[in-house]
Amino acid sequence: MEIQFIFETFLSLLGGVPLTVQLAALAILGGLLIGLLVAGMRLSGHRVLIWPAWLYVQIVRSIPLLVLMFLIYYGLTQFSSIRASFLWPILREPYWCAVIALVINSSGYAAEVIRGGLQSVGRNEIEAARACGMSGFLLLRRIVLPLAIRQALPAYSNEMIAMVKATSLASLVTLMDVTGIAASIASSSYRPIGVFVAAGAIYLALTAALTQSVRLMEYRLTPHLRRAALPADAQ
Amino acid sequence: MSNLGLFGFGPDGWGAVLLAGAAVSIGAAVCGLILASLIGAAAARAKLLGGPIARTIAQTYTTVLRGVPDLLVIFLLYFGSSSVLSSVAGFFGYHGFFALPGFIAGVLAIGIVAGALMTEVFRGAFLAVKPGEIEAAKACGMSTFLRFRRIIAPLTLRHALPSIGNVWLGLLKGSSLLSATGVAELMRQTQIAAGSTRLPFDFYLAAALIYIALAVSSGLLIQAAERRYSRGFVRR
Repeated sequence: MEIQFIFETFLSLLGGVPLTVQLAALAILGGLLIGLLVAGMRLSGHRVLIWPAWLYVQIVRSIPLLVLMFLIYYGLTQFSSIRASFLWPILREPYWCAVIALVINSSGYAAEVIRGGLQSVGRNEIEAARACGMSGFLLLRRIVLPLAIRQALPAYSNEMIAMVKATSLASLVTLMDVTGIAASIASSSYRPIGVFVAAGAIYLALTAALTQSVRLMEYRLTPHLRRAALPADAQ
Repeated sequence: MSNLGLFGFGPDGWGAVLLAGAAVSIGAAVCGLILASLIGAAAARAKLLGGPIARTIAQTYTTVLRGVPDLLVIFLLYFGSSSVLSSVAGFFGYHGFFALPGFIAGVLAIGIVAGALMTEVFRGAFLAVKPGEIEAAKACGMSTFLRFRRIIAPLTLRHALPSIGNVWLGLLKGSSLLSATGVAELMRQTQIAAGSTRLPFDFYLAAALIYIALAVSSGLLIQAAERRYSRGFVRR
């Protein structure tokens, strides 16, 4: 009876996995794009760009994701101009509100990680590339980005895992992701412990898979380290 | 901002309610930090010096808690404790709904989650203490406890402080999740205010500003503490 209940619960929870993965993927991708832009602004050297980028990162990182999500989902309904605008079909949906909040949140953290990675690229490497006649996009593509990604990947994988976990807040704006389904089964079955443990196991599997794939990527990106130290313990 | 009086302390103002909520948020985060430090110190000790069983337990704890959402842990402790307590009460002949108060369940949850982070913070900081410094203390004839109190604890704290600051900021923001179980902290009070005034944007914006103010002021405190604990020690 109990085992059958947990098995059935597990199956219904798996139905929430696509939504959770979708939210996490959009958050990570969007956060990466905006984060790149903000990091570029921070490193541009123009005061007009540095200052707003700094402020953006500080503000985004100090606001709890839940506040941001509610500000967008519940807060924006206050303005009739928004309700009348062409954006309303998007901002009306809890799905898009959750995605927007997750993207903004993740971009603040991504910007700092990307900035750290870009700053770690040595002057010598760039000088050498310039001496070889590379400049602009070619320099970025062949030298700066590969080195920066290699440097930033371990820190960024922590942010990606944090984003997978953060998608659970979408259940509080009525989305039925893994946590949302778990909460509804728990309240209708009066057996919360098994339900939430099963949901936890699903998240654990998702984050473990993410960690493994990042590790694989790290292995491929660091061929020069392979004989000296195995990347398995290069955390 | 249509009407600033709403955020004041007058009869129609929600200022006092929001401030009381902020106080509860800070209280929950402080209790969570204390719990996390205790758990973190114990688990770090288990990882560094413990036998194979203690090490496995500590390793499992940090691995699991790093992969599971905080909200799920809060739900598990709040609703899980109610189902356990209700069946215990039923065993003794009391029927009805029994649960840990939301505040206590929530503090336990955020403390356990942050404890996993704290474990790694303490472990890393202890490993950064130079073996020579501990050897010197031994050579001076200090007992284990004295050595811990005079040498190991202050030096570990010096290395750990920046990361403890990050854990603290995470706890402060994470305490907003306690609103999901009805704890009357800042986020919950904001929801109530937003609902009864029908001005959700104004109130969530006010909550965001309060969280920013809390983060900025604790950032300044952390900086001051770092400066104090790094006297006679140059950071690279």
